[in-house]
Amino acid sequence: MSEKIPLKNIEPGTQNLEVYGSDAGSGGVTKTVELYASRKKIYVKKIKGLFQGIRRYSLWALMLAYLSICWISIDGQQLVHFDLPARKFHLFGLTFWPQDFFLLAFALIICAYGLFFITTLFGRVWCGYTCPQTVWTFIFMWIEEKVEGSRNQRIKLDKADNNANKIVKKGLKHFLWLAVAFGTGLTFVGYFYPIRELVPALLTWSANGWTIFWIGFFTVATYLNAGWLREQVWLYMCPYARFQSVMFDSDTLIVSYDTDRGDPRGSRKRNTEYKEQGLGDCVDCGMCVQVCPTGIDIRDGLQYECIGCALCIDACDSIMDKMEYPRGLISYTTEKRLEGKTSHIVRPKSIAYAVILCIMSGAFLSHIIFRVPLELDIIRDRGALYQLNGMGQLENSYTVKIMNMSKQTGEFELSVEGIEGLEISTATNVQVNSGEVYSLPTIVEVSPYNLESSSSSITFTVRSISDSALTAESESRFLGARE
Amino acid sequence: MTSFWSFWVSIISLGSIFGCLWLVYVTRKSQTTDTETEETMGHSFDGIEEYDNPLPKWWLYLFVGTCIYALAYYVIYPGLGNYKGLIGWTSTGQWEAEVQQAEEKYGPIFDAYAAMSPEELIADPEAMKVGQRLFANNCSVCHGSAARGAIGFPNLTDDDWLYGGTAEAIKTTLVNGRNGQMPVKGLNAAMTNSQVDDMVHYMLAFSGRSDDEAAATRGGEMYQTACAACHGADAKGNQQVGAPNLTDNVWLYGGTAKRIKHTLLYGRAGVMPAQADMLSEEKIHLLTAYVMSLSKK
Repeated sequence: MSEKIPLKNIEPGTQNLEVYGSDAGSGGVTKTVELYASRKKIYVKKIKGLFQGIRRYSLWALMLAYLSICWISIDGQQLVHFDLPARKFHLFGLTFWPQDFFLLAFALIICAYGLFFITTLFGRVWCGYTCPQTVWTFIFMWIEEKVEGSRNQRIKLDKADNNANKIVKKGLKHFLWLAVAFGTGLTFVGYFYPIRELVPALLTWSANGWTIFWIGFFTVATYLNAGWLREQVWLYMCPYARFQSVMFDSDTLIVSYDTDRGDPRGSRKRNTEYKEQGLGDCVDCGMCVQVCPTGIDIRDGLQYECIGCALCIDACDSIMDKMEYPRGLISYTTEKRLEGKTSHIVRPKSIAYAVILCIMSGAFLSHIIFRVPLELDIIRDRGALYQLNGMGQLENSYTVKIMNMSKQTGEFELSVEGIEGLEISTATNVQVNSGEVYSLPTIVEVSPYNLESSSSSITFTVRSISDSALTAESESRFLGARE
Repeated sequence: MTSFWSFWVSIISLGSIFGCLWLVYVTRKSQTTDTETEETMGHSFDGIEEYDNPLPKWWLYLFVGTCIYALAYYVIYPGLGNYKGLIGWTSTGQWEAEVQQAEEKYGPIFDAYAAMSPEELIADPEAMKVGQRLFANNCSVCHGSAARGAIGFPNLTDDDWLYGGTAEAIKTTLVNGRNGQMPVKGLNAAMTNSQVDDMVHYMLAFSGRSDDEAAATRGGEMYQTACAACHGADAKGNQQVGAPNLTDNVWLYGGTAKRIKHTLLYGRAGVMPAQADMLSEEKIHLLTAYVMSLSKK
């Protein structure tokens, strides 16, 4: 391999302003510039290697999980089903009611912390391997490569005039993109609407309008995002890309080019004593730029555009192998290692993140495990403050709502306390089905002589008759004139 | 809206949209001289510089897109003064469509209930749960969620009925409403204050609460001319006119001497609003059964 590796450099769309013509003015040349830059299509060169291999398997695993989980049903209940009309989230055998909504907020905070923790340690591994934008973009790029051919063939095809070959290839590519996008949209909606009913309904043209709208929406969104917007999402839309630097420190794993080893760059023949010519290890082949899905040059240093996909590492390693140089000119490394110091995974920042994460996850899990699947809501009647019945007792009316969130039907007993002699004069024992909100009109009465205040705090308790641990409380007020 | 305000609204609305379009158009390019740097904006803080990079072009298209969306909205929906919009949308229309949808969805349930007799409905726990919700939404404000009523609002759980407790009577009450008139001092407007006091004693005597037998007797004599026409000679009431039974110690407006006296002196006017315009026939049928079930517990 003695011929030179061709140098083909591409420029990312954001760097150059389009110049429209100029005229000489005083003090300098005045130009009119566009304030909006057109997207420059990035042609990503296919590369094989360690990290692309890892991503291929992680991508398959994630896609398989995404496509299959919604099809798993246990006892007729979809394993993951966000039932919006019924306002119940079914997740792996647990059912969450609107009352549990704070748990969702809590879970999201934990996820965010987990992401920060991982980022502190390993940089943007989330972005590079698991982010949906990355996963679908890579799937779409794979389809593009299969249909239109290699990077150079694609560039040539785009420059070619419209002929049958081009139209067929482009048509096939967009058809396949849309097919994948449709599968994505259908599956997504399947997490909100039982997919085992959705697919037959679609096949028999009997699905309802909104369902079809949302499938169409997510199909189009997937198609545009992964087919057309791609790096624009990473560069302009993703907020995480912009504040990740806050979590970075000099011990964080980053994809980086070893300037000391590589520079000065230059082409050379294989097996020449390039060091005598004053050259570094970088042969300046431009492969790292050609494979970059965001169209940057990693050799310019750490950039916010870099999603940490490590394609440039694979590309550079393959060139280093050909040149019989040691691998790792571009590698996962840290700022400290680049300076020749040692990096530590265990450091105050990562310990702090780990401790906080453990505490939060522990609290969350214990809450889930010890969750009592019973809730009580008391709604005081608004029509009347109180009344005196024929026996001279003060009465207050309430609507008691007993929510049985467990999987079994249960017998429940309602009781109340807070004032001496306070008792319920309506039905107290009820049977509540699984998943039912039972509404029980309730009258509480007490002798006016026992009242210590015109407004007293009282506590309703509902208890399962078969399982005394299953109990819920709720406070309300008892109003009445004292004697 | 007068045509002036219609024009005013239209001009401001359309003017804003075209103003935005103009702004987007004129700011899409800029003049620069080569003495300026294109790299940074010149701001620097703590080693961080602000780059002077152009926005992506699709950003510009988004601006244009929002303007087109707004214009399309004004064509399709009413927004420009008196213009009604292409599809004739109104909030009332939307509400009616939603009601229609709910009717289609829940109508069959109530149709099924309408085909059942009140006795069958009372025996059906699901029907009674639906009835309870209807009651909670439409009746409980006055009668209380447990239907025990309040002063002026009858207790529905005690099997003591002003207009009768049969299914027909309850349904008539629900459909047409009721107007219960207790005239001032009954039919004897000339009743003196001491005669009113005698009458109160007569009333209290039915539940053994009077401490003046002579007064109660005098009141009883007065009763036959002033009250018996409606409440009956035996004071057991008359469900034809909604005159309450005065002997059973159930008091719609309170049974203390003070309250009875107030009723006599000033009269009472009880109103049960008609539900025919608010609830469908099927729902009223179900509510009838629910109300009946309350006193059978």
